[in-house]
Amino acid sequence: MTEFLDILTNPAFWVAVLRIATPLILGTLGVLLCERAGVLNLGIEGIMVAGAFTGWLAVYGGAPLWVGVAVAALTGAVLGLLHAFLTVGLALSQHVSGLGITLLATALSYYGYRVSFPKVTTPPTITPFAEMSWLPVPILAQQTAMTLLALLAVPLITYVLFKTPVGLAVRMVGENPQAAEGQGVSVARVRTGSIVAGSALMGVAGSFLTLSAFNAFFFNMVNGRGWICVALVVFASWRPGKALLGALLFAFFDALQLRLQQMNEAVLPYQLYLMLPYLLSIVALILVARKASYPQALMKPYRKGER
Amino acid sequence: MNQSVLTLSNITKRFGDLVANDNISLELASGEVLALLGENGAGKSTLVSILFGHYTADEGEIRVRGQLLPPGDPKAALAAGIGMVHQHFTLADNLSVLDNIMMGSEPLWQPFSRHADAIDKLKAVALEFGLTVDPKAKVGSLSVGERQRVEILKALYRGARILILDEPTAVLTPQESEGLFEVLAQMVAQGLSIIFISHKLGEVLRVSDRVAVLRGGQLVAEAPAKGTTQAQLAQWMVGHAIDAPVRRPAQAVGGVVCVLNQVSTAPGRERLNNVSLDLRAGEIVAIAGVSGNGQVALAELLCGTRAATSGTVTFLGQPLPPRPAELVALGVARIPEDRHAVGVVGDLPVWENAVSERLRSPAFSRWGWVRRTRARAFAKQVIDAFDVRGGGPLVAARALSGGNMQKLILGRALMPTGRAAIEGIPSQGATCGPHPSPLPVGEGVMQGHQAPRLIIAHQPTWGLDIGAVAYVQSQLIAARDAGAAVLVISDDLDEVLTLGDRVAVMHAGEMSAARPALNWSREAIGLAMAGVVGAQSHHHSAAHSLSPTQS
Amino acid sequence: MRLEKRSHSSPTALALAPLGAVVFTLLISALLVLWAGAPVGQTYGLLFQGGFGSVFALSETLTRAIPLMLTGLAAAVAFKARLFNIGAEGQLYVGALAAVAVGGLHGGTGFDLPPALLFVLMMLAAALAGALLLLGPALLKAKLGVDEVVTTLLLNFIVLLFVSMMLDGPMKDPTALGWPQSVALLPELELSKLIPQTRVHSGLLWGLALALAIWALMKYTVPGFDIRAVGANARAAAFAGVSVTRTVVLVALLSGGLAGLAGAIEVAGRTSYLTLDMSPGYGYSGIVIAMLAGLHPLGVVLGSVFVAGVLVGADSMSRIVGVPTYIADVIVATSLIAVLVATLLTQYRVRWK
Repeated sequence: MTEFLDILTNPAFWVAVLRIATPLILGTLGVLLCERAGVLNLGIEGIMVAGAFTGWLAVYGGAPLWVGVAVAALTGAVLGLLHAFLTVGLALSQHVSGLGITLLATALSYYGYRVSFPKVTTPPTITPFAEMSWLPVPILAQQTAMTLLALLAVPLITYVLFKTPVGLAVRMVGENPQAAEGQGVSVARVRTGSIVAGSALMGVAGSFLTLSAFNAFFFNMVNGRGWICVALVVFASWRPGKALLGALLFAFFDALQLRLQQMNEAVLPYQLYLMLPYLLSIVALILVARKASYPQALMKPYRKGER
Repeated sequence: MNQSVLTLSNITKRFGDLVANDNISLELASGEVLALLGENGAGKSTLVSILFGHYTADEGEIRVRGQLLPPGDPKAALAAGIGMVHQHFTLADNLSVLDNIMMGSEPLWQPFSRHADAIDKLKAVALEFGLTVDPKAKVGSLSVGERQRVEILKALYRGARILILDEPTAVLTPQESEGLFEVLAQMVAQGLSIIFISHKLGEVLRVSDRVAVLRGGQLVAEAPAKGTTQAQLAQWMVGHAIDAPVRRPAQAVGGVVCVLNQVSTAPGRERLNNVSLDLRAGEIVAIAGVSGNGQVALAELLCGTRAATSGTVTFLGQPLPPRPAELVALGVARIPEDRHAVGVVGDLPVWENAVSERLRSPAFSRWGWVRRTRARAFAKQVIDAFDVRGGGPLVAARALSGGNMQKLILGRALMPTGRAAIEGIPSQGATCGPHPSPLPVGEGVMQGHQAPRLIIAHQPTWGLDIGAVAYVQSQLIAARDAGAAVLVISDDLDEVLTLGDRVAVMHAGEMSAARPALNWSREAIGLAMAGVVGAQSHHHSAAHSLSPTQS
Repeated sequence: MRLEKRSHSSPTALALAPLGAVVFTLLISALLVLWAGAPVGQTYGLLFQGGFGSVFALSETLTRAIPLMLTGLAAAVAFKARLFNIGAEGQLYVGALAAVAVGGLHGGTGFDLPPALLFVLMMLAAALAGALLLLGPALLKAKLGVDEVVTTLLLNFIVLLFVSMMLDGPMKDPTALGWPQSVALLPELELSKLIPQTRVHSGLLWGLALALAIWALMKYTVPGFDIRAVGANARAAAFAGVSVTRTVVLVALLSGGLAGLAGAIEVAGRTSYLTLDMSPGYGYSGIVIAMLAGLHPLGVVLGSVFVAGVLVGADSMSRIVGVPTYIADVIVATSLIAVLVATLLTQYRVRWK
């Protein structure tokens, strides 16, 4: 028990929690934006890989770090545009389109990496974001500026969704697209905009891994984080504040399992600890299933003017 | 006062080969109530959708107060002062009343919302027209009448001067409809012009100044309401004189077939509360009531998709099995309310839909394998006997028109099964048109077959054109005459009084006693529909809460 | 832009659609080949040759197609019922695990059962393992509305970790010099080779037989009707007397069972023991194949041969020309999207406002 408390009282633990949570916060907010507008975006896993790769590649090529982040955001936006074209423009199945984009984006990224670095055994590295040591706040000071970005994104998106006309339009489009159309709002435009913005966030989430948490691009780097974001959105009842909470909670358990592993040594197989985050995500989904108030038009394609 | 506020000129709209609107020209004067009449498929909804910008006309133009209206743009229509109150409310249940009304009224690039101003404006508009509403309430928690008020306020908030109302009284009690008409009068007094779509002929003549009738996409008649009769309207709508439906009273009422005794179902929006009813062979019991008062629960209970939490339901003396497959095997014919969502599986072909209910019986399957030839033969019989048109047994069911889909559902429910029926002995007589001969039923006509003993019909003629309505109603009467016990649930009072030998009224999950139709007056039914009856213990008094405040 | 339904689709359009999709895919991939600095024509030539150009190539392709056929069938069955089973990868691995447990864990004694019986038990165990793994998420969706996409996906990660745990511990092969692989199956339990001197094994026959069986099930039986009806409109199916829960369970058993069998057949036919990298994403590729085939069981057979050919061809081509093998995944993913768009365009016309 005391060992457990030791872990919790060690500030390094909370630093790790916040670091692990950052891509989850950004990714979950990205999915949230898409789903609030009524569109499921299963491309997140692939978009995160693509964002991680392109952002890192830009920096490797000499660009400053924030340009790398911007490149990652742009990559996400382009992939989001493709998803919007398929699901909003052509009204194809949102599941299929998303999965197709994940496969495509992942394959393209891995291909691109191999073409760019054909014979390397150790992955090439860049200089990542530095810690924000100028910040007087403990734990936050050991984070990079991207974490700050993620934390600030939460109140910003909350404000936009609930206090601006465009946010109301996004929510209405996700609840009743006919109503939105009938009040002069173009469902196609609003949905496309949400998907593009959300996917840009997903790209940034991916770039955090290569530009901040680590300094190189690995295969299987994203490792299911995208899917966890999809689960977290349901857990968060599509609210940004709860999304932050969910991401932190998940990161808490993820950081915990690593330290428990180190503590307990050979008592339990390490794989059991690694399983914990995924199991918890499933449990979280089950717990909120009954109460979930879905955006009513989620996953229903909308074809304007069709008889 | 009489200058034209809205002018439609030569509006034509095609969907593929179908001409939905054919060269229609209409004018609306300021302060006028124009009723737009027509059967389903006549083109009324298309026309107003064009007016509101949901569709773009292929030919023709629209002018509002002389200015040309840009086509296909709801924003432009709103800006020109056209507002629409849809038949199926376009509201988001999860959002508040204010959110629903405000949405789209501020420019999207604006980085803030003026909530306080919006609330003030909403309250002012509500007061002006006598429609009370709570801006903060979630729409999902509102009653139907309150939702309609929100829908109307949406249009008025945006400054609509021309209001289109699409079948507004479909979901209201007679008393609530009166309340709506008072609101309309208020609007006219304020200088608004109104286009009123309805198929209720009496209402149309009462409320409107002028009537325009569409048929087959064309404008076939325009007349002042004063001096026009319902019969004339019906004739214009259909194109030939039709007889008013004649009540054919039951001849021989037999034994009790099905009994509900103090039945309740799980609490929720749609529930039954201690309902008792008995259904007898050779008799039609019609249930009146505004949709949403438990009819769905009653229908689902008897169709096998909902369980009772207390009380008993017996069929021919035995407890009613709660599973659809067993019900069908026992001879219960079911016609659901929503043909698209529940009645057929749209993606599957017509023939599979025709046998879907009976697939598990030995007649159509053996050891899990479908007996395709028999199934197809049965489907063909249903199609022929009930005149289901639209492309044949292999076509996907979703391709059928509403009327043909309903005929398919009716046919598969009413068609007797048995060796004779399957082996292709022609069924006697069930021909198409308004005067079919009765279905072959009864012992001795065909050996070993079984006609349905109990028929549950939930809104059987909803959304059908007059010809199909007459067909369905006559089939139900024929089934009654052949000895079946029939239960008809309908929110159309005329239908209830036409078909019902006995009538009961549902309100808030409770049912009145089923008295002979002749013992009910229209007014009494209307009051019962609103819950204002001495015998009822519940007094939600929907009539009071929905009448507009005096201003 | 707007979609307008065509009043009729010409048969030529329907036939040309997949062709257009293939051409589009090849164009996109050609750009990638150019990026790698390789000659496009030679690369495509080597790709085709490596997959289909010789008996050896064909045999490799067919070998690779076997698990793809089964995971493709698994996806097709599930998706037909609108149960989006993304967990075929995990179901494949638990199937393989169960097969090894029954077929190899007994240390050579074979539980004192005749090999034929043991073989049947082994296959049943594999199918059951896969089925049970999918049953959980399927019931969660049917009863609680929990989205099965996420639950089946997350289970994949959990299963892989579980397999790793088993390979480190109880199922480890002591003779493998520390390499994490499982004990091997009894030699009598291995599937026989169809063509001598190649790796093509009788699992191919299993795949073809199962494809036929699934096709017949869907088209001619009552459970097949139930599955199609529930997938198309669950409410209407329930009204017509179909037990939705029972159908969902059936679909889960079938789909999970097929994926589990895929794992067992891979072990019994190709490797004879289980390693962590046995499946390079067969579960996910199966989904793509199912969608390419329009969820048609016989189409899955063709689709699996196509995808296998691309994967095998890319391996062989890469050794010669140096274009990374990931191009195969790009080709498969692009052809999926292209086929979806092309099929849609046969039914709808695009109008730019």
